[in-house]
Amino acid sequence: MAKVIVITSGKGGVGKTTTSASFSSGLALRGNKTVVIDFDVGLRNLDLIMGCERRVVYDIINVINGEVSLKQALIKDKNCDNLFILPASQTRDKDALNLEGVARILEELKQSFDFIVCDSPAGIESGAFMAMYFADEALVVTNPEVSSVRDSDRILGILAAKSKRAVEGLEPVKEHLLVTRYDPKRVNAGEMLSVTDIQEILRIPLLGVIPESESVLKASNSGTPAIHLDKSDVADAYRDVVGRFMGEDLPMRFIAEKAGFLKRLLGGR
Amino acid sequence: MSIEVPAFKIKTGTLPVLQLHILTTDMAQLKEQLALRLKLTPDFFASTPIALELSAIAESATGLDYAELAAFMLEHGMCAAGVVGGSAEHRAAAVQAGLGLFTEAPARNIPKREAVPAVTANQAVELHEQPELPGFSAVESENQPADQATPGMPPARPTMVIDKPVRTGQRIYAEGGNLVVLAIVNAGAELIADGDIHVYAPMRGKAIAGAQGNEAARIFVQGMEAELLSIAGCFKVFEDGIPENVRGKPAQVHLEGSRLLIQPLTH
Repeated sequence: MAKVIVITSGKGGVGKTTTSASFSSGLALRGNKTVVIDFDVGLRNLDLIMGCERRVVYDIINVINGEVSLKQALIKDKNCDNLFILPASQTRDKDALNLEGVARILEELKQSFDFIVCDSPAGIESGAFMAMYFADEALVVTNPEVSSVRDSDRILGILAAKSKRAVEGLEPVKEHLLVTRYDPKRVNAGEMLSVTDIQEILRIPLLGVIPESESVLKASNSGTPAIHLDKSDVADAYRDVVGRFMGEDLPMRFIAEKAGFLKRLLGGR
Repeated sequence: MSIEVPAFKIKTGTLPVLQLHILTTDMAQLKEQLALRLKLTPDFFASTPIALELSAIAESATGLDYAELAAFMLEHGMCAAGVVGGSAEHRAAAVQAGLGLFTEAPARNIPKREAVPAVTANQAVELHEQPELPGFSAVESENQPADQATPGMPPARPTMVIDKPVRTGQRIYAEGGNLVVLAIVNAGAELIADGDIHVYAPMRGKAIAGAQGNEAARIFVQGMEAELLSIAGCFKVFEDGIPENVRGKPAQVHLEGSRLLIQPLTH
């Protein structure tokens, strides 16, 4: 049975789209037939991060309005054979989405895909609501700072109260915490919340920690999901996240501060 | 303008009251047996207010002379205060005789006890706009139907139990009863109850107990980190943090006069 996973956060700029791109790529790299949907209608970004912006002809709104078939709108990823992208519309706004249309698209996608990853827009308005409503599982992307944690808490509350699973009294949406842009050095300096602090507030299982890295920006600008980067902590961290999501028991990396050259030479602290 | 010192206060309270279950409408038999019983313990009922329980004779068409019964009881140190149960005719006759009417115990009104609704955070009220908090407008309680013929406790509602985290933006209202939360309550969440509030986890949000003006309501918290605490409209915010002696610790909150007291639970 196909799984619908929403990548959400409440707050903007925390790494939802970056995570959507890398997470869906990671699932596909493991042989799962995966589709990633951009729900950020009007502020289309996922296609840029995936490097397929020049191939976008039709989008999710065209499909919802019945102007084209789903097959026509899906774009095959350039890096993974098993991955498809359903882009958002750039010229419309989020009111063009409706629950019936989204339900129809998801039902059709479930016939041929293992995982459907929904990249939610920021906020708690209709676009975010549409993205999360049908979710079976949720990746809550959080930065180690209080406002992001507060917004994630809000999103978790909405998931628990307003998602389809909650409304219909089914088993609740499975929640995963993903901490991004984590900088152990600044955590130790007391400038950032620690993973423990975040978990103490949100109290949902930790799926992974993605370290802060300049390579994410470079990857985004070049249209390559960060998980494809060579020799990168971020790529390793995303691969771990996918592994844990698939049920593997992997130790949590990138939480501790990297030992500097001198420290390593002199044998730690 | 001088503030007038209040001469009285009207409050509800639950007091234990003895009930005399009347099983017959035969006044002679009743008096005889009562006299016999009261002779055994002459001073036992010294001025004790008694409620006459009439449900056993509710079906009986013949009434009782309540004035006569009350006078007889008074001779023996029992003070008939009112009646409970019985038919409309019985109750009317009792009022005629100067007796009060007790409202029936809630359990008697509800033929089958309602199952405690297992309300979870899933079903919690999810509000985007913030209407006026009931706890901040004590006058609201005056809008309650005050034309009840007799004083009496409103029927108690079952306790609402929440076993999922209460997250920012969520509001839970236990109308007419107590609220028990078994999971974390985060900053920006609101708990409201007309009765008491219990939180058996860290409590970082707002807790508003006695929202309809019940000054006897209390708040019990296992880890006190609240943003706001309120009882019967008397509230406190913690701009400079929670007092050291209760911060993060088990604590209870109650009203003393118009002062909100937060005390550590030390036992």
